[in-house]
Amino acid sequence: MLLSLEPRGQQSRAMLWLSPLLAAVLTLCSGALLFALLGHDPLDTLHTLLIAPLADWYGVSELLVKALPILLCALGLAVAYQARIWNIGAEGQLLLGALAGSAMAIQIIDWDSRWALVWVVLAGVAAGAAWGGLTAWLRTQFNANEILTSIMLNYIALNLLLFFVHGPLKDPAGFNFPESAMFGDASRLPLVSEDGRLHAGLYFALLALVAVWVLLHKSFLGFQIKVLGLDRRAAGFVGFREKRLVWFALLVSGGLAGLAGVGEVAGPIGQLVPQVSPGYGYAAITVAFLGRLNPLGILFASLLMALLYLGGENAQMTMNLPQAITQLFQGMMLFFLLACDVLILYRPRLKLKWAQRTTNAEAMA
Amino acid sequence: MDLDLLSNIFYAMVRTGTPLLLVALGELICEKSGVLNLGQEGMMLFGAVIGFIVALSTGNLWLGVLLAMSAGMLLSMLFAAVALGFNANQVATGLALTIFGVGLSTFVGAAWVGKPLAGFEPIAIPLLSEIPLIGRMLFAQDILVYLSFALFGLVAWVLLKSRIGLIIQAVGENPDAASAMGLPVLRVRTLAVLFGGAMAGLAGGYLSLAYTPMWAENMTAGRGWIALALVVFASWRVFRVLLGAYLFGLASIIHLVAQGIGLSIPSNLLAMLPYVATILVLVLLSRDAIKTRLFAPVSLGKPWQPGH
Repeated sequence: MLLSLEPRGQQSRAMLWLSPLLAAVLTLCSGALLFALLGHDPLDTLHTLLIAPLADWYGVSELLVKALPILLCALGLAVAYQARIWNIGAEGQLLLGALAGSAMAIQIIDWDSRWALVWVVLAGVAAGAAWGGLTAWLRTQFNANEILTSIMLNYIALNLLLFFVHGPLKDPAGFNFPESAMFGDASRLPLVSEDGRLHAGLYFALLALVAVWVLLHKSFLGFQIKVLGLDRRAAGFVGFREKRLVWFALLVSGGLAGLAGVGEVAGPIGQLVPQVSPGYGYAAITVAFLGRLNPLGILFASLLMALLYLGGENAQMTMNLPQAITQLFQGMMLFFLLACDVLILYRPRLKLKWAQRTTNAEAMA
Repeated sequence: MDLDLLSNIFYAMVRTGTPLLLVALGELICEKSGVLNLGQEGMMLFGAVIGFIVALSTGNLWLGVLLAMSAGMLLSMLFAAVALGFNANQVATGLALTIFGVGLSTFVGAAWVGKPLAGFEPIAIPLLSEIPLIGRMLFAQDILVYLSFALFGLVAWVLLKSRIGLIIQAVGENPDAASAMGLPVLRVRTLAVLFGGAMAGLAGGYLSLAYTPMWAENMTAGRGWIALALVVFASWRVFRVLLGAYLFGLASIIHLVAQGIGLSIPSNLLAMLPYVATILVLVLLSRDAIKTRLFAPVSLGKPWQPGH
């Protein structure tokens, strides 16, 4: 091996934050290389992907619209991951939030009062939290691995949503399209500004950002969660109740993802459709890690991820590239991040090994 | 229920269980060596798309199978480099591999969605395939299913009877002791991961070349994850992996059974069954935490570096 790793003995704080940046840069470089191999001008493509979408206010507002659900899901995941509870179920929790919110909105479609929106949002949050709670129940009661159960619940949630959108919630006047009726105006999230689609979900997201920051950095509960994540046994010895913390983390996680889901259907979409989410819940996993499970880091990471979504759409429209670029970059970024994270605990040594090799070779000779 | 229906159900059960069996066998070897690779879904998808593209553009199905396996192996190399070489968290690395594999396969396969391919056809073995009930199930399958029987035999022999199996398990149970005995722990683990990758690629290739000869985004539909649950279900024992794979196969074709006995349940609800079954199985088997821990390889998922 060319590269040898030498333990630093302690975490490098600089690398803790440089590693995500390094990962992003490496992803862009590999992306550029990929585009060059496919016969596109790499700089041109990166421009289409990352800069062109933000040319005007509309672009910026679209960026925020896409960042909102990702941010909400990733904030929730950060709470769970801080406790080392691997909730992979944000996608399902988001879908269930969207489904329950829509069911509520269809029930009260002719309400005029603003309370309609409150009920719709509450239904979404409650359903997301319940879906997360299901994972918590399976884990605390039956010791079932939360990675596998939450993934399975994603598939179940998707099929539930498809069942309802093809069945009970289908718009009777919708020419048999798998879509619900459009929600009443009272249950839609109001727009923040006249142009663009940016909606009041923005305030929810900002509120959640502050709340999760306070929870993780300023509260005893957050401290307990972190201790649980660092050392389960230690947490047990000092009397923190593991089961209760698992429930809490997954309920918060699910509730925020549910909020993201209901924000999509009551916000930009305005009805229940089969494709509520282009994988926001999965993108949030990358975002949570990239943001170092820190609310501020997650804010930046979710903006970057939203930019990738926006750029993917743009590249498909203008350059006929597959939109899956977004997911591809997402995976690359997480991979590079994990690889770069080795530098937090280890110092790379290149020459040393060579020197050793030559001495070995000399010894052999 | 008449015999014909039952024979058809058995046949479909084995066919549907085959991709699960293939991935689970690979993951079993991998976990026995102490490595938890959650990237099965990603490796399967990449295998499926590469196998399909190669088979369709060269007209050679076997070349497709071979490259599907290589594709799975290629992704598992990435996993090995990051999780074993760089000592990264195996859970996060596996997740990254799945996310990457989903994106990569969708990207690569975008132009190939929905194209028709003449895939592997069933080969009925004369006489044997006419045995009532189990004849079709065992002797009228396509060649990749027969291959899966052989691979099952191979993995069972390796784990239960061979020296290699002992080495793999020694490395998975106690890497420090294994290393002190002079076993190359990281090399054994890397090879186990690569084997897992090849098997996942093969399972993906089975889906896109034989089961439903076509390519569609996310066509594995969570089978890679179900296979991970399957290994837990099997308590890391190879014969139970076989049994579990076919039981899950049965759960996924329950709609055929429902149709057969004249029930009409919406297809989206039936599609949930394998996932619900997976959760139920996890619940039933994990309830006893101590027992689960007894069966699992001791150092499963724990990073290990020489000399630490």
